[in-house]
Formats: sequence, structure tokens, C-alpha cells
Amino acid sequence: MKWLIDFPFEITINKKAIDSAVRAFSVKHDAFFSAITSGLNGLIGGIHSLLNIIPWWLFILAIFFAGWKSTGKLKNGIFFALAITVIGIAGLWALMLETLSIIIAAVIISLFFGLPLGILLAQFDRAEKIARPVLDTMQTMPVFVYLIPALLFFGLGKAPAVIATTIYAIVPVIRLTSLGIRQVDKEVVEAAKAFGSTGVQTLIKVQIPQAKATIMTGVNQTLMMAMAMVVTCSMIGASGLGMEVLMGVQRIEIGRGLIAGIAVVILAIVLDRITQGIAEKGQTNGKQ
Amino acid sequence: MENNDTKIILEAKKVSKLYGLNKGDAIKLLQKGATKEEVLKKTGVSVALWNASFDVKEGEIFVLIGLSGSGKSTMVRCLNRLNKPSSGEIFFKGKKIQSFTKKELQDYRRNHIAMVFQSFGLMSHRDVLSNVVYGLEIKGVGKEEREEKAQEIIEMVGLSGFEHHPITSLSGGMSQRVGIARALATDPEILLMDEPFSALDPLVRKEMQFELLSIQKKLKKTVVFITHDINEAFKLGDRVGIMKDGKIVQIDSPEEMSTHPADSYVEDFIEGADKSQVLTVKNVMIKPRSLVKERDSLKTALRQMRSNDVSSVYCVDNDMHFLGIVLINDVIQAMQENKALKEIIISDIETTSEDTAISEIIPIASETRYPIAVLDEEKKLKGLVSKATILSSVH
Repeated sequence: MKWLIDFPFEITINKKAIDSAVRAFSVKHDAFFSAITSGLNGLIGGIHSLLNIIPWWLFILAIFFAGWKSTGKLKNGIFFALAITVIGIAGLWALMLETLSIIIAAVIISLFFGLPLGILLAQFDRAEKIARPVLDTMQTMPVFVYLIPALLFFGLGKAPAVIATTIYAIVPVIRLTSLGIRQVDKEVVEAAKAFGSTGVQTLIKVQIPQAKATIMTGVNQTLMMAMAMVVTCSMIGASGLGMEVLMGVQRIEIGRGLIAGIAVVILAIVLDRITQGIAEKGQTNGKQ
Repeated sequence: MENNDTKIILEAKKVSKLYGLNKGDAIKLLQKGATKEEVLKKTGVSVALWNASFDVKEGEIFVLIGLSGSGKSTMVRCLNRLNKPSSGEIFFKGKKIQSFTKKELQDYRRNHIAMVFQSFGLMSHRDVLSNVVYGLEIKGVGKEEREEKAQEIIEMVGLSGFEHHPITSLSGGMSQRVGIARALATDPEILLMDEPFSALDPLVRKEMQFELLSIQKKLKKTVVFITHDINEAFKLGDRVGIMKDGKIVQIDSPEEMSTHPADSYVEDFIEGADKSQVLTVKNVMIKPRSLVKERDSLKTALRQMRSNDVSSVYCVDNDMHFLGIVLINDVIQAMQENKALKEIIISDIETTSEDTAISEIIPIASETRYPIAVLDEEKKLKGLVSKATILSSVH
């Protein structure tokens, strides 16, 4: 009666074969992956040097204005600027810029692919049905699982970090873009059609502007999920605030880890509030 | 009434729209005369429209009326191909719109037919002016030209000064003015209006109906108007088509329809139509608050009037037979001249009976200076109706 209690049979999956297949694949298409890697490094490096050119005080001023204008409250602008200043005072300014350049690169790539994909999924029910499990998998698969292939294909450093972050963070922008467009008042879309709009005109002049608030919420979520990947990605050699946390943990330097961790939180809160403010602004003049 | 000189601009021939998989079986059942419910039960096919045929003449207001689910919205959406009929044909000036190419359809929608929606269908990310220009914008009309045209229409529908207001700040009536302006901006020949005033409160609805009639008089558009309100249908429609369960039951002018309803359904439907035809004097009359007898003194009459705060009082005899009305000025004069009450009764005033239709006494009510006395066959006073009650009861 043992089979009632223990699982009676299992198939041995040749995991080694998967390993070697992936490895062989990475070797075979090395040129392709190298090209992507250097492209990504170029993007990240570009963003990083751009951030480095901006003097610290201008950066803080920009945060102040962004915070003020997006939330509509002067007080918020001041608070965000002060919070960012704290990171600088803690001696983490340079690391913050490094982290930011990874996040910004990942968000740019996510939006570049995510927005059109979301728009596409909104048009075709069949595509949406197929995409849903894929998106679920991307979001729920433990990150480490694709951290390792990313490492294999793109080597150590920031490029695989951006790839892994993008896979994880692209999902909300796709989902919410599609949802936003689907939720646009049916009569408004009918009206656009009734006046003889082409499909593209309906999309650009009516559906996307009407869905703006929801799409912006998607962008905000994507940014936040990219933020959440910061520490994880330091495991494959992405330097920045995440690396600082990781080192603190590995060397049991609690103070070091804590301060870097707080810096991550501050950065996350400031970015979240600013993008949320923009999303809400879209809401007030976007919905009926 | 029918006028054979005018051209037919839109023609629907046996248009049907079915939703579901088993359409073949459903059609067979329908041809045998099965009802919508039977078809749905047996085949799972829901019938939105069945064999609807009608034509719309140039420059008329054609109203389709029916309860919700009667297929009227489906029908009107077939006219600009927002819906594709399952079978049947629709012609615009003799051209079959189902066989329009993409380009032709675009041209048809951009230049010939426009639509006004029940919940307005306005774009909340645009202000009033940029909503009105939408149709022109997508046609590629230049900014200056389209805004000039829009301005003209905005003035006509009474939206001047609101050009740059956000849509969200407008009331329902104002919003629908924008909807109408947007539809008129492209100067279409046909205006489809899908229950445009149903979302508005009654007073605003009246105003908008009036507005629509005056616009139509000015621009001579052909209007296909959908409503579930029979009063609205009769007020606006040159011809009215009543729909039931996806079929058209009767198409006629309001006059024809009220005098010769095709069946009991139509009869029931239009029963609630014009209240002045249905209501009688009995429904609206009130009991007089003060009365004097012919033998009463002038002082009594004066006291009666003062205590009820009125300037006239009805006079009756002992058996409540109506004699006439006494006015306060006459009473005061009579007191000085020592006359009796009997001598100052004004007896030639308008009277009516309890079961007279209100519509019949409207002309009298608008002429007379005094309340109308309601009498029974024996000329006994039963009550009175004031001008105000009559004129307000029919609205």
C-alpha cells in the first residue's frame, strides 16, 4: 500500500542535458549575445555618464521640481529633495547614480517593448489569451531561475542585470496598457469610428489618451518592480546600491547593509510618488 | 403626411441581426413565426433584429421607438455599419452600404452620416472645441478652417463661451449639445441619434427637443431618432416606427398612428402618449374654497373673499345650482350703491363638465379671465379648474 502514500513513479529528467543545451546555445550564438551585451552596456553607460554630468545640486533641484509639479504640493517637492540629499550625505551618491542608470535602462527597454505589446494585446482577444500565461510565468518565476541563463548569455555585469530586470518589470506595463485601452468607454470608441476614424486614428486620438491614467499606473508599477530587482541583480555583478547591501549581508556588516538598504527605500519612494503623481494627474483630466 | 415628391435617402430592406451559432435553424423558426423567446430557448440564438424594413425620406425626422431590447439601437448602428446585419440590405441613396469598400465606408461616415450617442460619447481628454472639430480633424481639414466651422456650429447650439471648458465640467444638457455640435460639424446629410436625450432630466430634455427641431428647420438634415419615450417620438417625428422584439410593428405619422394603431401593442404603447387626450377635467379639478349663496349679503361675500385671500367667488343657489361669479370690485361698488348681491353676479362665464378631455378646454382656458366652473348635468357646481392647473397638467 506504499504507493498510496508515496508518489508511485517518477520520470528522471535529464537536467544535465538542459544545462549543456543552454551552454551550447550560448556558445553557438555568442556573436549575437555579444552584440546585445555591448548594445546594452552602451545604453547603460550613456545614461550613467549623462547622470554624472548633471551636478548634484541640479539633480536635487530637478527632484524638487518634479515632486512639486507632479503631486501639486510644494511640501512634497521639498521632502523628496531632502530625502535624496540624505543619500548623498551618506556617501552613496555615486552608487545611487549607478543603480539609477540600470533602472532607467530597464524601464526604457520595458516601455519600448511593453507599450506596443500592450496596445497589440488590447486589439486581439486571441493574443491576449495566449499572452496571459506567458506574462504570469514571467512575473511569478523565481528571479534566480533566469538570472543564471542571463549570466551565461550576457556575462557578468550590468547588461544581464538589465535583461533580468526587464523580463520581470515589463509585465505590468503590458498588462495595464492593454487593460487601459480595453476599458475606454465603448461609446467613445464607437463615436470615433462613427466619424470615420481609421484604426490608427482611433488608437492615437482616442484610445491611448483615454487610457493614459491606467497606462501611467503601469509605468509606475514597472518602475517599482525594476527597483525591487536592484539587490537581486547585484548577485550577477551589477554594481550600485544593491551591491552595497549584498556585501553588507555577506560580510555581516549590518550598518553598511542597513544604510544602503535605506537608500534603496528612499529612491523607491521618491520615484514612486513622482510617477504616481503623474498618473493621478492623467486620471483627473482623463476620466469622465 | 406622406409626400411622394421627396427622395428616399436611406432604405432598409429585411434587415436581420442574429447573435449565436445556430443561425440557420433560428431563421427557419423565425420564418415559421416563432417569437424571440422561443428561438432563444430552442437554438440559443438571440434575435436582435428580424426583417426590419423601412425607408427614410430626405429632410424628415424618422423616429424608431421601442422598449429596451427591441432592437432599435442595433438597427440604427446598422445604418452606419457600426453593426453588420446578418442578412438584408441597407441602401444609402441607392448604394448598398454593405458592399462599400473600406475607403467608401470611411467617406460615408466622414461626410454623409454622423451619430449622436445616449451617454454622449465625448472624449474627456479634449475640451469642447476640440471635441467638436474631431470629425473635421480626422478628415484632414486644416486647423484654422475646422475651428472656424466648429465655432459657427458651437454658436448655433448655444455653447458660445464654453469652447475651452473641459468636458467633465459640463452638465448633461451641455454635454449633449457638444455631441450634437460634433455631429453637425462635418455637415452630414443624415444625423443618427441614439436616445440622445434619455440621460437628461425632463426640463432639459424639452429644451433639447425644441433645439433639435429648430436646428432641423434651419439645416434640413435627415434625422433618424431613437427613443423609448412616446411623447418625444410624437413631438419630433414626421414618421414613427414602433419596434417590438426586433421587428417593426407599424410605421406611420403620429396622427395616423394615434387614430389607427396597427394592433393592441401599438395601442398600449401610445396610450400614454398625449396626456391631454387621456386626462379629463375630473382628474385635475379642485373643490372651490369659498362659495356664496345668492341671498347672502355683500358683507358675507366680502368676508369670504378676504378670509380665502381671493378676488372672486362663485355664487350658487340653495341646491348648489351654479349662478355665476362675483368679483370683489363689484362688491365694493355695490356696497356704496346699496345694491344686492344678486345684481352683480356675472353669469356668462365658461363652464365645463367633469368628463371633458383636458385637450378640449385648453383653448378656453387660455382665453378666459376666471377659473372655469365644472358642472354636472343638472348645472350643479362640482368644482373648478384654474388656468394654471390645465396648462400645467399637460406638460
